[in-house]
Amino acid sequence: MSEAAHAHHTTTGVENRKFAMWVLIASECFLFGTLIANYLVNKGRSISGPTPQQIYEIDITTLSTFDLLMSSVAMVLALHYCKEKDLRKFQFWTFMVVLGGVIFLGFQYHEFSTFVLKNGLGLSTNIFGSSFYLLTGCHGAHVTVGVLWMTSILLTSLIKGQEWFNSEIVEVAGLYWHFVDVVWIIIFTVVYLFVYV
Amino acid sequence: MRCKGMTLLKMPLFVWATLVTQVLLILSLPVITVALVMISFDRTFGTGFFNPGAGGQVVMWQHLFWIFGHPEVYILILPAMGIVSEILATFAKKPLFGYTVMVYSSCAIGFLGFAVWAHHMFTTGLGPWATALFSAATMLIAVPTGVKIFNWISTLWGGQIRFTTASLYAISFVAMFTLGGLSGIMHSSPVIDTQHQASYFVVAHFHYVLYGGAVMGLFGGIFYWYPKVTGRLMNETMGKLQFWLYMIGFNLTFFPMHFLGLDGMPRRIYTYAGDQNWNFWNFLATMGAYMTAVGGALFFINMFSSLKFGQKASDDPWDGRTLEWSIPSPPPEYNFAKLPEVSHLDDWWHKKYTHDGKRLAPPKQPIVDLSSIHMPNQSFWPILLALGITGIATGFVVPANGVIIALVGVAMTVTSTYGWAYEEP
Repeated sequence: MSEAAHAHHTTTGVENRKFAMWVLIASECFLFGTLIANYLVNKGRSISGPTPQQIYEIDITTLSTFDLLMSSVAMVLALHYCKEKDLRKFQFWTFMVVLGGVIFLGFQYHEFSTFVLKNGLGLSTNIFGSSFYLLTGCHGAHVTVGVLWMTSILLTSLIKGQEWFNSEIVEVAGLYWHFVDVVWIIIFTVVYLFVYV
Repeated sequence: MRCKGMTLLKMPLFVWATLVTQVLLILSLPVITVALVMISFDRTFGTGFFNPGAGGQVVMWQHLFWIFGHPEVYILILPAMGIVSEILATFAKKPLFGYTVMVYSSCAIGFLGFAVWAHHMFTTGLGPWATALFSAATMLIAVPTGVKIFNWISTLWGGQIRFTTASLYAISFVAMFTLGGLSGIMHSSPVIDTQHQASYFVVAHFHYVLYGGAVMGLFGGIFYWYPKVTGRLMNETMGKLQFWLYMIGFNLTFFPMHFLGLDGMPRRIYTYAGDQNWNFWNFLATMGAYMTAVGGALFFINMFSSLKFGQKASDDPWDGRTLEWSIPSPPPEYNFAKLPEVSHLDDWWHKKYTHDGKRLAPPKQPIVDLSSIHMPNQSFWPILLALGITGIATGFVVPANGVIIALVGVAMTVTSTYGWAYEEP
């Protein structure tokens, strides 16, 4: 049992907020599972182009994937220094998580605008495009929520300073962030890499 | 919050049923969420997920809907099963027969509930493998359900049954649900299902499980817990009259639909030619519907008039088995002044009776300094958050300016999330 579980006795043995996050993650698995299945069913059913092979820029997406993975590393360090009660390092790594998330969203903005403006793939151009935007857009929305959440934690920490080392909240946010990251690894594999299979 | 000694296998079956229902909700709602977003995109932004002209498929909608929709029917029936288990044990003066097996059956139903969705779609042409698999899974899910029915019958067997309105509803649940379950097993065979698809036979089937089953169980639950919630009993004479109006009216309406369906009457079509020999059964169904309507009116009269004129209820009007009957009716805001300690399944019963059924001295309400009870602050953020989400959903349904309503909903959701999160505890 972790320290948190000792601090507040709960009937499940897991801190309530953390338990709620695991429940949300279970639910989100079905959400993204449905979106990914929908993409796999529809990616080859378009009546007109463009097709996945024509437009994916695998080198750029690899970079953005690396960026998101590194933000997960930053998340681990942020939680570590929160538990160590090292304020400056905790704030620095929390900022790095936010930065990683924002850079990822920047990559996604670049990708979407290239697809729309250069390749002419709008939301309703063909069913591959619709499924692609729905899936990656939903993931992008989750990253945005994570960025907002981590920014809020950073601001709260900046305002409250030494008195605020709420590692329970940081851990819950971390669970969410890692989950969103894992979903991206699946999307990267299934959506971007399967083109080469 | 669970009190001391309340291990998982001492929880009332209604609590177990609710737990399984919550798991089903958490896992099935995201699927319909995606499906609804997709159809909203089709309507609002011109995508073609379900439009064959754009490469989409209508069958995709059916799959997504039923991956949610089949767990959903268990979401409807499981709480009713839990309620009926509580009521039957109370009014037969016996512990629920096979309690542990009932718990495992509920879990098995919840698990298998995700593996049977395509039995709604046999006629779409799934191919032999999928058809065989979903047919077998559907037959399999009848096993834990059948186990439950036998356990309810065994609970009543040899009991000292008291026929109150609540127990009448619970008993009729078992009978009606069994009838609906039997026609359900018929549908698990793709060969028979192909014959029944989209006919009134299917309408008869699901009304027997969800109306004769779930709704009857819920009525039983209302009559059973009304005195606990309000401190007054509902009128039993009016209740029994309503029960018989419902019972006869329901069967009059839905039993003939079996014959109509087998005779080929299609569902979802509001009219039919007058020379098909369907008039008599349809007339009976209409008369049954009128009876049910009278019963429904009686119920509402009973529910509202009992609030004021109902007989005052004691704390334990039914000689109940579970902890809620140990506290005053209606329960105080803090529920239990002192957390009880549980040592048995049906713990309240064991505090009132010895093992051979002799009545013990009635347990006293614990004396507690009420000012020592800490109640959490009431927050208005959650309800605002719910309103925000409703705004988002409304935005998707409203044809013009829907996006604006949805954006207002988003703003409200974000604001109240922050308000809630940063609220002082």
